[in-house]
Amino acid sequence: MVRTPGMTLIVKTVVRLIVWLIFLYGIYIIFHGHLTPGGGFGGGVVLALGFLCVLMAYGRAFIADWLPLPFLRKLDYSSLMLFLAAGLMGMAAGGAFLLNVIAKGKMFSVFSAGFIPILNILIGVKVGLSLFFAVLALAEFDLEKGAEE
Amino acid sequence: MILPYFIIIPLAAVILIVLISGRRETVAAAISLAAAAALTALSVYAFVVQRGETLVYSVGGWKIPIGICLVQDALSSFMLVMVSLIALTSLVFSLKYIRRLSPDWKYYALFMTLVAGMNGVIVTGDLFNLFVFMEIALIAAFALVAYGGQAHEFEAAFKYAVMAGISSSFILVAIAIVYSATSSLTMATIAQSLPGKDPFLVLWVGGLFMAGFGLKAAAMPFHAWLPDAHSSAPAPISAMLSGVLIKALGIYTLIRIFYNVLGAPALFLQVFLVMGAVSIILGVLLAIGQWDIKRLLAYHSISQIGYILLGMGLNTTLGMAGAVFHLFNHAVFKSLLFYNAGALEMALGTRDLREMGNVVKLLPVTAHSSMVASLSISGIPPFNGFFSKVLIIVAAVQAGRPLFALLAVVGSLLTLASFMKVQRYGLRSERPVGALIEPIGGGMNAAMAVLALLCLVSSLMIVPGIREWTLDPVVDVIMGKGQYLLSVLGK
Amino acid sequence: MTLYVLCFALFLVGLYGILTKRDLIKIILASGIMGYAANLFIVLIGYRRNAVYPILEPGKEAAAMVDPLPQALVLTSIVIELGITALLVALALRLYQKNKTFDISKIRRLAG
Repeated sequence: MVRTPGMTLIVKTVVRLIVWLIFLYGIYIIFHGHLTPGGGFGGGVVLALGFLCVLMAYGRAFIADWLPLPFLRKLDYSSLMLFLAAGLMGMAAGGAFLLNVIAKGKMFSVFSAGFIPILNILIGVKVGLSLFFAVLALAEFDLEKGAEE
Repeated sequence: MILPYFIIIPLAAVILIVLISGRRETVAAAISLAAAAALTALSVYAFVVQRGETLVYSVGGWKIPIGICLVQDALSSFMLVMVSLIALTSLVFSLKYIRRLSPDWKYYALFMTLVAGMNGVIVTGDLFNLFVFMEIALIAAFALVAYGGQAHEFEAAFKYAVMAGISSSFILVAIAIVYSATSSLTMATIAQSLPGKDPFLVLWVGGLFMAGFGLKAAAMPFHAWLPDAHSSAPAPISAMLSGVLIKALGIYTLIRIFYNVLGAPALFLQVFLVMGAVSIILGVLLAIGQWDIKRLLAYHSISQIGYILLGMGLNTTLGMAGAVFHLFNHAVFKSLLFYNAGALEMALGTRDLREMGNVVKLLPVTAHSSMVASLSISGIPPFNGFFSKVLIIVAAVQAGRPLFALLAVVGSLLTLASFMKVQRYGLRSERPVGALIEPIGGGMNAAMAVLALLCLVSSLMIVPGIREWTLDPVVDVIMGKGQYLLSVLGK
Repeated sequence: MTLYVLCFALFLVGLYGILTKRDLIKIILASGIMGYAANLFIVLIGYRRNAVYPILEPGKEAAAMVDPLPQALVLTSIVIELGITALLVALALRLYQKNKTFDISKIRRLAG
């Protein structure tokens, strides 16, 4: 097993250059979810993969320094709460759950289709952060630890 | 319209628990108890006041073939009452019980996710939505089975997860086939357009659904995950899994799909009969030789599900009434039996029947409610198990299948023998028991007492004056197969 | 037609892997393959002959496009299976901690 954290220098340099493009691509998929395929789920997975590239290339200790993890955890939970609040907003306006209550703009522009871009953003944040935290928790496993019954 | 609240309330509880609790678990317990109480009140209201009508709710305001709809009819509200009642008693029981394991808000969050997933499966009217909620409930169930952190729990959870994953792939392929034939995912529209298609399609789809949901319901030959998973889980979770999960995810979906959507094709009902009979006999035979009390109860779950499948396969009103009634009864007395096993385990420190002693004086509520539950499951009057089994057996004879009736009676006798063994060794044997390792809390006693009382009271559901009020609307919704789509699409 | 046959073959490969392999990680990988086969099947049934991608652009009509709904179903299904795989891997790691092996024929605490 490799003892120094992270991978070789080539991998680290490439990741440092490219990870911002990965984040940009993920945000693009999320924002254009109502115009092109993908949306919240697909864009969220790409965002999580961006975080995971950094985790794999640089190691666990670096990630704990680089990202404010408790804040991201709170962001994770609050995005779910905001999604529920958005759905209930539809109910409060007299219609059904998740009713579209924002005006629909003109076709093919980014700020159209009422509600859906907001929901996409919330889902993208939630999926990305959840996947990242799940793999981070798996990475914390220490296989050499003894078994307590 | 109160339909979406059945999903919103447990989900909001999960979010609140995760955001607010932090380190202490008392706030989490309070939030989940409040949510479960609210759900019980809402579902009882839905059943009592609205059971005659079918209510449809379109999420997001989209019209029916395009959007997802939630449907509430008598069958859905009946299952909702059952789920929330057992969830409430499980929560009350777990207040003291899980302090031994690792008291954490995560248990309550997972529990509420389980309830949210099951409620979603029950109220939805859309096939893929059913699949998504089913997966939500299953993931919460896998995590809860492994909650105690011991080695055998992880093994049981892994087996459960892999087998449930296989069956979910089958269900996904079946949904894809249905969608490609009918271009719709809403169950009512599928019921409308399926009779005009190739009958071979119904065979394919029915077989795949039966394999998929049959594994969730733990019918033979898909039962292999159940003894490990239900015996390794903590006691209140075993009660939830055995009492409501296999019914909400397995039996309810089978009834909905085979009766309301596919229109009860005769071949599959025959398969249900055989699966049911095999489950009854083999489940009981495998249970008799067990010395671990929770494994014995898990094998009995397989056997009792066999009774419900037998009632479902008969295609008569009486048989279906027996099956639905046995659904409710099994939830009540099986949960009570698992609570007793949990109480015994907590008080005596062991799960092996050979090491238990005479506890009638030390744990009076446990001993007496265990006797009530054992008499119920063996089918002794005046407890509720007798009435539901009698309905199924009489319906089998009336439908011209005396062999299945005979198998049901034999299964019932073997069940009685098995539970007499439990009573003799587990609770009333001659070995004296010195002191309890840990005393049982008040919450646990209260949960057991409530369910024991319910065992007696729910026998009243069969009395002819009350039956029109409780069981008949449910059976009408099921047996009037095409009525489902007319009531949903007529809105 | 050959596409459907190959998709079914992939499903059977995954099923064979789950049933016969003895290593926990290989079982998890095989269940992943089975999930991919099911998702592939869903995407395949959305195909229409001589149709184009289902993105509405200014100046095009919705007439001859492949069905976009199965693609949305597959997105949801992939994320669900991702969750289940993550849980399976966590369980496999904990089993390794307790038993020091990934071989399921040696992990036999529950029997009968």
